[in-house]
Amino acid sequence: MQNDVVLTMRGICKQFPGTRALNNVDFTLRKGEIHALMGENGAGKSTLIKVLTGVYEKDGGSIHVDGSEKEAHIRSPQDAQKIGISTVYQEITLCPNLTVAENMFIGRTGDRIVHWKEYEKKTAEILNSLGIPARPRQELSRCSLAVQQMVAIARAVDMQCKVLILDEPTSSLDEKEVEMLFGLMRDLKRRGVGIIFVTHFLEQVYAVSDRITVLRNGELVGEYVVQDLPQVELVAKMMGKDLNDLADLEEVGRKSLSGSEVVYQAQGLSSTESRPFDFMIHQGEVNGFTGLLGSGRSESVRAIFGADRVTGGKVMVHGKPVRISKPYDAMKASIGYLPEDRKRDGIIADLSVRDNIILALQVMKGFFHPMSRSQMEQFADEYIKALQIKTASQDTPIGSLSGGNQQKVILARWLLTHPDFLILDEPTRGIDVGTKLEIQKLVLQLAEEQHMSVTFISSEIEEMLRVCSRLIVMRDRKIVGELTGSDLNQATVMKTIAGGEQ
Amino acid sequence: MSVLKSSGSVRRREPLTDAQLLMTISICIFVFMYAAAMLFLGGGFLKTQQLFDLLNDNAALIIISCALTIVMIGGGINISVGGVIGLTVMACALFLNTQGDGGPLSILLTFLLALGIGLLFGIGQGALISYLEIQPFIVTLAGMFLSRGLTTILSVNPVKVAHESFTELVKTKLQIPFLGYTAKNGNLIPAKLEIGAIVAVLIVLLVYLMLRYTRLGRNIYAIGGNQASALTLGINVKRTRFLSYVLSGLLSGLAGFVFLMHKPAGNASVAMRSEMDAIAASIIGGTLLTGGVGNVIGTFFGAMILATIQKIIALSPLNDSWWQEMANGAMLGLFIMLQSVVLSRRGKGRLTLPSWLKFRKE
Amino acid sequence: MRSSVKGRGTSGLGQLIIPLVALALLVLFNLFRDPSFFSISMATNNAGNPVLSGNLISIIDSASELAIISMGMTLVTASCGGQDISVGAVGAIAGAIFVKVVLGFASINVGVVILGILACCVVTILFKMFNGTLVAVFRIQPMIATLILYSCGRSIAYWINGDATPQINSPIISAMGMTIPGIPVPTPIFAVVLVGLLLALIFRLTNTRLYSQTVGINQGAARLNGINPVATKLLSFGLLGICVAIAAVIGVARLGNLSHKTILVDIEMDAILAVAIGGNNLGGGRFRLSGSILGAYIIQMLTTTLYAMNVATVNVKAYKAIVIIVIVVAGSPVVKARLTALWNRLRSGSAGTAGKEVA
Repeated sequence: MQNDVVLTMRGICKQFPGTRALNNVDFTLRKGEIHALMGENGAGKSTLIKVLTGVYEKDGGSIHVDGSEKEAHIRSPQDAQKIGISTVYQEITLCPNLTVAENMFIGRTGDRIVHWKEYEKKTAEILNSLGIPARPRQELSRCSLAVQQMVAIARAVDMQCKVLILDEPTSSLDEKEVEMLFGLMRDLKRRGVGIIFVTHFLEQVYAVSDRITVLRNGELVGEYVVQDLPQVELVAKMMGKDLNDLADLEEVGRKSLSGSEVVYQAQGLSSTESRPFDFMIHQGEVNGFTGLLGSGRSESVRAIFGADRVTGGKVMVHGKPVRISKPYDAMKASIGYLPEDRKRDGIIADLSVRDNIILALQVMKGFFHPMSRSQMEQFADEYIKALQIKTASQDTPIGSLSGGNQQKVILARWLLTHPDFLILDEPTRGIDVGTKLEIQKLVLQLAEEQHMSVTFISSEIEEMLRVCSRLIVMRDRKIVGELTGSDLNQATVMKTIAGGEQ
Repeated sequence: MSVLKSSGSVRRREPLTDAQLLMTISICIFVFMYAAAMLFLGGGFLKTQQLFDLLNDNAALIIISCALTIVMIGGGINISVGGVIGLTVMACALFLNTQGDGGPLSILLTFLLALGIGLLFGIGQGALISYLEIQPFIVTLAGMFLSRGLTTILSVNPVKVAHESFTELVKTKLQIPFLGYTAKNGNLIPAKLEIGAIVAVLIVLLVYLMLRYTRLGRNIYAIGGNQASALTLGINVKRTRFLSYVLSGLLSGLAGFVFLMHKPAGNASVAMRSEMDAIAASIIGGTLLTGGVGNVIGTFFGAMILATIQKIIALSPLNDSWWQEMANGAMLGLFIMLQSVVLSRRGKGRLTLPSWLKFRKE
Repeated sequence: MRSSVKGRGTSGLGQLIIPLVALALLVLFNLFRDPSFFSISMATNNAGNPVLSGNLISIIDSASELAIISMGMTLVTASCGGQDISVGAVGAIAGAIFVKVVLGFASINVGVVILGILACCVVTILFKMFNGTLVAVFRIQPMIATLILYSCGRSIAYWINGDATPQINSPIISAMGMTIPGIPVPTPIFAVVLVGLLLALIFRLTNTRLYSQTVGINQGAARLNGINPVATKLLSFGLLGICVAIAAVIGVARLGNLSHKTILVDIEMDAILAVAIGGNNLGGGRFRLSGSILGAYIIQMLTTTLYAMNVATVNVKAYKAIVIIVIVVAGSPVVKARLTALWNRLRSGSAGTAGKEVA
């Protein structure tokens, strides 16, 4: 048994000014094992990974690789690579302007001269053996994201890595691509590579992992075999509290509001990215678009908000026809939109939390009507308190906040405009379970108490079922069904998403 | 998602990359422009000597354009190249004049002096930019000020080289009889190519090989493509960036020497604003200022395009320096628009053109 | 040209520390070298009017064009993440237009001059809109887009007025370039104050600051929040155009003639330097106008100091380069981090705690 171990970390400590990021954490990885590393944001997952890959230097503890008695000293990512620890990050860390073959070999051969032919031949072999659909001479930017990710993994594998760290590899992939990636992971497992899998998706953990290590507040909670740890218990261990909160939510949702006023209605709405579709929402209703990534759910809400170029369709807001061709029009019609990609489309990283909160309201007030400083401060204060945003001050740049808190700021930005209709595209992606629940609760509250209409999109069907009273199911960029009432259960939703194929 | 059979597809032709496409366009335009000049202006353009003169007159520009292409591919910029040429020319001219009638040894020393000045600037600027992470524009701007200032400190007045062996060297030209033409009096006048032109063409080839086939060259592409990725791929980003500036400095020094071989006189306004011509040549050749994309062969043709415009205007009735500049500006504008259109039409659906400029989709 | 410096430590008043220290050192150096350097006296000019004279006045006076253009440059930098290198060339065009309009009238009175300035503004705004369109609509990097006018702007200026170096002899023009009779302070200084107030007013009455910063940091997100990035960038280019026009008029008025080759020559480089020395990020985003203005005066004080030390005009560049390098090195993030680390070690070392482990 002991011979199977490829990596042992014992008593790892890491201190940052003001916080203890890791406190006496142990971690063991065996040969040919997929080991999920779980925890909320701030639990210490990424710190542990960074210690392991030499980005941070540890303050205490020891790391042994491949059962060796000698302690491994890892001071830089290069050191880590040399002893067989490779990392594939969420963001693609290859060079888009180089070919696939070059990306496989650059930076790790001693040759001063590039042997193109040889690299291309070797690359073709590796790609073939791993079943990765890419050509060696293809420019990387012309491959899909999933393939790029797989090329990164292939590179790591070819470097004879013993430990492969996959840090949130699936967050920008669709279901099919995730399956491809899992296939590759299982293949590598058979070859004896130890894989550390960091993800926020619980289902994926259960689909592919053998063991789970849970961290909380920089401390080790425990190591478990997957079969012995039901999903609910895992969540409980990550959060360190009961799941009563979950139960609370279950009771609030699911109310049909077909009687109340129609706030927004679109007929044959289409944009450069989406096909014509019909959509409507009642006052105080929470509905949702569901479907696989790429099914057109994000594109549809983008069309509603005018984020892509609208090409046709009739739109009525409160029964009056309006023309929405750009985001500003939508904002004027009292629509708010929290975009899917928080980093790219949401936050203004260098600006303060305050500026980020007041941004949308300020734009709506108009270019020639800037708010006074005190007014801004008051608004910012109000929402920092209301949403419990953890920030040092209003002046802190939003970029330095954690993902969950950034999301709350963006949410605050739209709540401040008091929209009649709020669109939330993946508001809970990549943020910790606690904040997730807070946001879900808030959505239901808004609908209930302020009669706000909310359209909610999430990759997690359970979450959708929890908050939405009506689900619009999309497949291949078309609406294929609408589910309400008793149809709102996992099985029916899955069946509708999968459609005739199953 | 496209799932392709990957077996045995290594030999498949890949579609043109952006850089290759832009380079092809600039080569085509050069050929077209030259052919048009031959047809409509005739005269000199019908002789091989005209083409050679383009090389002879612009050897230094071609070399600094290569220098610019290297740093631009690496995601940087260097606007000190013209200043370094000026300084090198002045320093070398003064040095040669102190050498009396010295033989080849003093020429060799001058050559080393030229390279030394370029190298010093390259090392200094490279260190500030890559190791102290100061913005390249500001550092090389300071480099430009420094080199121009030092030039006038050396001598405010023009300095003419009075060194005999060097003047001999200046007159030395490669004569190619079969490309020559027959003058009116029946004498065959061979086509003449200056040493500097040969050096410039060699440099283009060398830089091409360096960028394509050496680790340093590929690393420069990598850091220009995505610096953070390059770092995680195990590339020494700082050293690569440093070396790209050292190379560009060295090439500027060499360009200075080549300039002196073409016009053996130092002067405070030597190669004034030539850095902008070099940037223009790189852009016309398909190098993007964003980094990671570019090709030195394209740059060569970019420089040749600028040179041809200059020649055409000189031979046309509009022979004035302001028409010259306006034509350069117009040409640059044309290429910039062309690139923008080409790249956006190839782009992945991201809107880069206003709708009224887009062709209607059926 | 995006450097890795982006978004670090450029917020708040902190960014003014280095330029302020640089300015203080320059002042101290001058006081040490020649205590009378900053003395101001009352003199009488050629026209017999009392004027203030002295190095300090001459520094503040001659930095006027640079300070005005730096302000506009800061805005363009913030919203576009790049710099306009055609300000000098477009300034030459503006000067040519001003001269053309003013000389087109038989007699020069205040109305004619105002008309000239307005014409000037219109033309510079048009040219800047050309740059702005390339940058905002066609998404071409500012430096490349403005390279076009950089290389042919002065030729256009030449073309407007033909071969000559037109002279304008008018008391109004010289009052604008030098001093207004009765007021001992050089007029260009008032122009700087005026432009500064104008921009301050614009910031106060509109969202120019918030919009341009937002667009400069994250254009896509700006659009999704209802901001029109194209309009915002065009606006900053338009404001830069006005700044250039005013600077060009001052330049013409100062000399009483127009030389298309030398008016505002190399000012683009100095203006970019001023923006950078002022601690603003050349990659766009947050900005401070005060930093850039400070930067402009630092550059001018440096030049004047060198003149006072009998450095020849043509050689000034070399010394300037060295000082600039010193300033940017002191402001470099790497040096800052090193200095902070050193400071911490010294402090913890003197406190006798185990500072080594932390380092």
